[in-house]
Amino acid sequence: MSQINSPAELDAFRKGILAKRDPETPCISICAGAGCIASGADEVIAAFEAEIGAQGLAANVVTKGTGCPGFCERGPIVVIYPEEICYLGVTAEDVPEIITETIKEKRVVDRLLFEDPATGEKAVHESDIPFYRNQERNVICNNIKIDSKSIDDYLALDGYSALAKALTGMTDEEVLEEVKKSNLRGRGGAGFPAGIKWEGSRNAAEKTKYVIVNADEGDPGAFMDRALLEGNPHSILEGLIIGGYAIGAHEGYIYVRQEYPLAVENITLAIEQAGAYGLIGKNILGSGFDFKVIVHQGAGAFVCGESTALMTALEGRVGEPRPKYVRSNIKGLWNRPSVLNNVETWANVPLIINKGADWFTQIGTEGSKGTKIFSLVGKINNTGLVEVPMGISLKDIIFKIGGGIPNGKAFKAVQTGGPSGGCIPADQLDLEVGFDELTRAGSMMGSGGMIVMDEDTCMVDVARYFINFLTDESCGKCVPCREGLRQMHKILTDITEGNGKEGDIERLEQLAEAAREASLCALGKSAPNPFFSTLRYFRDEYEAHIREKRCPALSCKELIAYYIDPDKCRACMICARKCPVNAIEGGKKTIHVVDQEKCTRCGTCFEVCPARFNAVTKISGQPVPAPIPVKERTISRKSK
Amino acid sequence: MSDFHLEIDGNKVGVKEGETILEAAQQAGIYIPTLCHHEKLEPFGGCRMCIVEVESRGRTKLVVSCVYPAEAGLVVRTRSEKIDRIRKTILELLMAHAPDSPPLVALAKEYGANKDQFEKESSFCIHCGLCVRYCEEVKKNYAVGFVDRGVRKEISFIPEIAAKVCNDCKECFPLCPTSYLQATFVLTESLAFPTVP
Amino acid sequence: MDIDRIDQIIDRHQCEASSLIQILLDIQSENHWLSKEALTRVGEKLQVPFTRIQHIATFYKAFSLVPKGRHEVHICVGTACHVRGATRILDTVKDVTGIMPGETDMDLKFSLETVNCLGCCALGPVVEIDGKVHGKMSPGETADVLKNYE
Repeated sequence: MSQINSPAELDAFRKGILAKRDPETPCISICAGAGCIASGADEVIAAFEAEIGAQGLAANVVTKGTGCPGFCERGPIVVIYPEEICYLGVTAEDVPEIITETIKEKRVVDRLLFEDPATGEKAVHESDIPFYRNQERNVICNNIKIDSKSIDDYLALDGYSALAKALTGMTDEEVLEEVKKSNLRGRGGAGFPAGIKWEGSRNAAEKTKYVIVNADEGDPGAFMDRALLEGNPHSILEGLIIGGYAIGAHEGYIYVRQEYPLAVENITLAIEQAGAYGLIGKNILGSGFDFKVIVHQGAGAFVCGESTALMTALEGRVGEPRPKYVRSNIKGLWNRPSVLNNVETWANVPLIINKGADWFTQIGTEGSKGTKIFSLVGKINNTGLVEVPMGISLKDIIFKIGGGIPNGKAFKAVQTGGPSGGCIPADQLDLEVGFDELTRAGSMMGSGGMIVMDEDTCMVDVARYFINFLTDESCGKCVPCREGLRQMHKILTDITEGNGKEGDIERLEQLAEAAREASLCALGKSAPNPFFSTLRYFRDEYEAHIREKRCPALSCKELIAYYIDPDKCRACMICARKCPVNAIEGGKKTIHVVDQEKCTRCGTCFEVCPARFNAVTKISGQPVPAPIPVKERTISRKSK
Repeated sequence: MSDFHLEIDGNKVGVKEGETILEAAQQAGIYIPTLCHHEKLEPFGGCRMCIVEVESRGRTKLVVSCVYPAEAGLVVRTRSEKIDRIRKTILELLMAHAPDSPPLVALAKEYGANKDQFEKESSFCIHCGLCVRYCEEVKKNYAVGFVDRGVRKEISFIPEIAAKVCNDCKECFPLCPTSYLQATFVLTESLAFPTVP
Repeated sequence: MDIDRIDQIIDRHQCEASSLIQILLDIQSENHWLSKEALTRVGEKLQVPFTRIQHIATFYKAFSLVPKGRHEVHICVGTACHVRGATRILDTVKDVTGIMPGETDMDLKFSLETVNCLGCCALGPVVEIDGKVHGKMSPGETADVLKNYE
């Protein structure tokens, strides 16, 4: 491949790509993100290629595996251009019909369209689906339009034009000023203003500097960075190179967590392609600026998402955070000035350079500008990635975009900010989403995980789950985190298992204070947040567990019993047959009774009891009624 | 000669560029409790016992004094209700491991720590890292190191190296605030090199 | 894995101590575990003390110091999978394979691990076997899928 040596050549090259492409040629985009591949996208892509070949359409139809558009729940997702017809849950068997009907006959295959569960209305275009309609997709929008392995696709959509503008039309100082003016705040955790971080590195005396992408997306339940890195790797690269130019770094690192092999593959390929075009390397676009990028794979440690731990890991050492009180943008990787931002932050940079800080600051709130991608998961109808303007209410995200809670259950809380975040209860659903707003509510933005919980979720168990996670992921260097979390986990486990005692809440508060105030790094300092926020909003649940041995959500296994209401049981035998431990006595025309000694509280009987009987109930905090005497168990069925 | 001055517990203390608060305090004869600190070793910042309150440009924050660089005009308090409470918690956590360790018992008395506040743990090691760091930084023997992470973290001798160097050194033994280190070495020795009966 | 192959991997990373983790990852992915011989060789070539290599090899979850089974089963226990019943999936796999997370069975058929999020949250609960992700799993389906592996 020939090198592109100037912005003019880049422009000409782009026009060349576009000239070869007829916008009217049908293009079948199949999401090839990790989520859709798990749902069988590979087979769908292969089926399309085979069918197109078999029907002799190879010259007239383009297929591409694209990045993740975010609606993973309904994958594999296929979008057909130029009409933008969106099919969901496509299987290989659907492919011949799509080719015959939609590609050849230009007819829509009705059954593959999105159907609104509320109205029964079908949506033909992606943008008609409520999940997408209420979003503002600036960063993730190109994912579905780009073959994630093709640099030409990225270039066709004005890719690297921001780099050209920055390198040849702006001084490094102007680039920095633009980013500062945009008030772009880090999308990975604390929300530190990127421009100020950059400026610190730029002004540091040490000449060798680094820019780093934090793609160690460790928060369970968050996958927006994976989607961006897999789907649109060049946008991250472009942002990174611009950042390097602004601060005077000639070397960039991308630290990708080990669990994301496809992201490593796609970004590595993107670097090769950009190198071949001369967009990375010596004298980029004739500007005299040199830049190289190195991909570093993580080896499985959540704490490496912490900035100083990530840098020690990059140096090839154990990922323990540094105890020093020096900011890493002054003394970071190999003690040199290093700017570390996460994937989504870097992906915003080309947009800011191209469209300007004024465009960026129009979106969002006073303190939080731009859009943010959230990963909406848990007890929610539309699971997936949503990109929304900062300042949108939690209610709009969960109900307008997410479609509310499944099975008619009541919303209880939403957990944001990953393991270090907190739970926000129903009475705060009007909260506007922003860095400072979430922190004030006792949670945080974090990387944008949003885990929705319904009435069946026990908040003490949620705290226990996150503390358990962090106990496992603590590096073990400092006492308040290693030992404090260990003891917090023991106490929380005791409470959920019915062994809580008076004084447990106070001891948890004692441990939580020490961890927050005295831990070495952000992991330990923020680790008590799930406890603090659940205690703040759901103290009654803690007290019920401890004093009454009752789980109000009827969730903690050790504190509940399953009971069959003899007045409701119609002796249908379904639960008795499904019980894995044969704990249900009874037979035909004999009312069923749960043997509480044998019962393992797996909940199978509760799930399978037909809704019209609704005979199995969960009991907590009170004794199980004595089984009715055997001689009263026979039921005579009345004829209708 | 000192480069500049700061204030610790109301005393004006002179310090040199690059010194930590702990070093400044020690030179002025002001006591700050430590467990993982050793003057021959790089600051570790693990035990967090040396936490102090600093006031700088009108803002108060908690920092660990073994790492925090002394700055001109800094106001440092080595005791406060909050500091004492955190030190007490740290001691109680460590006494779940080593309830009879003499330095811990002495500090517990000072801070009113209850050795039975938390459920006991099976290992005595409090992960101060003195043995590991001394062996690495001072002796350059690399005979003992850490393994694993978080609550599973432990110290472990490399038998091949320990067999050659440890018997003539043993300088790390008196550093250990508990008796765990010696026990681990004895165990390594007996497992790796059983004496022929 | 013989010494020559290990040397090749080390050379590919220009024998840089900063590439230590990348080298161990390469050996792990090829050999499925890190033998003491391999660790010793890496330490010699990179001039890194064995104590540090041992700490790294035990600190990061990706490394195994014992041979792994032919099939690596990863159960996602991330938050999204947790609230959708990952515990029941894990219990099923424990029953079928007879091993606990972190273990390998006697026939070296399966190794079981839990992971904290595979990023396929919309498809939870998720099971990954030899890199292939199976989404929206039920206990019954999980048991069926495991039967396909020899």
